[in-house]
Amino acid sequence: MHQDNFDINIDDMSKIEGHASLEIKVRKGEVKGVKLKVFENRRFFELAVRGKGYAAVPQLVSRICGTCSAAHLMCSIKCIENALGVVPSEQTMTLRDLTTYGVNIRDHAMHLFLFVLPDLFGKDSVLEFSDSGLEHDLLHKALDIKAAGNLLSTEVGGRTVHPPFPAVGNFLHVPSKEKAKAVVAELKQVRESAIEFVHLFAERDSKFDIPDIDFIAISNRDYSFVNGGLCMHSSGYCIPEHSFERFFKERVVPYSQASGFSFQGKPYMVGALARMNINVTALHKDTREDLTEDNIFPSYNIYHNNLAQAIEIVHCIDTSIELLETCDFKQEPIRKIEPKESEGVGVVEAPRGTLFYHGKLDKAGNMTYANLVIPTAQNNVLMEKAVGLLVQKCLTEDKTKEQIQHEIETLIRAFDPCMSCATHFLKVKWE
Amino acid sequence: MPKKKLAVGWFTFTCSEDNTILFVELLNEHYFEWKEQIEFRHCRQLKTDNRHGKFDVAFIEGAISTKREEDELKGIRKNSKKLVAVGACACTGLPAGQRNSFTPETLKSIKPFLKAHHLRDKVVPLSAIVKVDDSLPGCPMVPQQFLSLLGRYLIEFKVE
Repeated sequence: MHQDNFDINIDDMSKIEGHASLEIKVRKGEVKGVKLKVFENRRFFELAVRGKGYAAVPQLVSRICGTCSAAHLMCSIKCIENALGVVPSEQTMTLRDLTTYGVNIRDHAMHLFLFVLPDLFGKDSVLEFSDSGLEHDLLHKALDIKAAGNLLSTEVGGRTVHPPFPAVGNFLHVPSKEKAKAVVAELKQVRESAIEFVHLFAERDSKFDIPDIDFIAISNRDYSFVNGGLCMHSSGYCIPEHSFERFFKERVVPYSQASGFSFQGKPYMVGALARMNINVTALHKDTREDLTEDNIFPSYNIYHNNLAQAIEIVHCIDTSIELLETCDFKQEPIRKIEPKESEGVGVVEAPRGTLFYHGKLDKAGNMTYANLVIPTAQNNVLMEKAVGLLVQKCLTEDKTKEQIQHEIETLIRAFDPCMSCATHFLKVKWE
Repeated sequence: MPKKKLAVGWFTFTCSEDNTILFVELLNEHYFEWKEQIEFRHCRQLKTDNRHGKFDVAFIEGAISTKREEDELKGIRKNSKKLVAVGACACTGLPAGQRNSFTPETLKSIKPFLKAHHLRDKVVPLSAIVKVDDSLPGCPMVPQQFLSLLGRYLIEFKVE
């Protein structure tokens, strides 16, 4: 097979967010081309927001993606607030943090437990897991962790998908003491299981290093997903939020409905692995006390994106418990916001990586321009490169076409792409 | 004799997949019960081995924005006893079809993209292409309405 000419096509890849395909061309045992085609159909949100009032924009852009909806909400809110010079209250910032912790628990749990876990046990799906023993036990624990994340999202944000309480300049509702107590109890109940999953991913996940890449993520002192400056792993260099478009170059990918991005001509990675590589020392103290796996970072193993997500679940649990136990939330008056002709940039860490919004408003507060840079689009170029390197490695190891295809899908799942955002994701087509 | 299960297909077209996320979240509480009652024959979010066979019920999220989606939808309809439109995009075509009401100038600017990626001129709801038996409106759907409808189908298809 190694010296053959052959193609691999994967149509409509499963267990990822959205639709995409992959085409790979092998000639005389050499990988000659990898095309990752996002065929999620574009919905033109950047154009649809034009003419909409600033207050309506966050809930509209939330509809870009079901699973990342809260990240789009937060990022558009930050963008508009920066444009209008609005500084939210400390309580609002805390409630936004809590909302994103809930989203990250729920979202990472869905990716790790429903998409990735079957790969670790050689199964196609959790639906095939045994009705007893380890698999059954893990599934129970996984569903309980997901449920605890859902409860946090619902009680703080108002709903797990498209949460209604975060708004420009405000947070429209505060959780009662009783609700906060109930959420804390649930989070405490699943914490040991979350730690168990960290050990499992550290022990069982695969290894595939790509040394020559850079990582980019928000950096801060408390591993918040909403606040902080943008940093690069290689140099520690910080990029001013407002000038991100000068640093990250968009590439049109003619065969895909999503774009690609590069930094100084090189692919880079965003997401949990990037965050952990840059910000590992900012994890919650209880998380660091009870885990040793944080010492693995920095890492260039793409599969450690899964491990990083598992650790982030524990961090989100610990930070949320602390905030809910120590904060005394009071309903604040809704602040009035004066629209003006302005321009702003918002940057947050979505579950799958750094998300950027650049927006312009007219004097009535209507949006006249929006540019969104999505995590999966930023990882696109690197994903293609990684797949090419993996296939070449598999060819030297005499793996069958079926084994190669399975490894490709596992690797791409480790990136945790979201095609609904990148416009949705994966078919593999070998040429 | 093996116990009768409800043969379900879950599909997504042009949308945010927010209803699919809610459906996956419902597994937190209903997974072990559904495992006994439902055979998920097609659900990309849960498995790789998906088939376009016969379904008792096909749940479909998303609007139709390409000829390819249109053809796939017709195929699902042909092979499904019941077809359910799930969420606002499937039921009304929006917000996936926001471009339907763009100004002529904006539409002109996206025309080359539509052509290059074989997108339809208009994004439409499922009912514009096939007969829809039941609808779960909302952005996203109301989970309790989904559970009620599923319960009704379990009775109708005599699944215990």
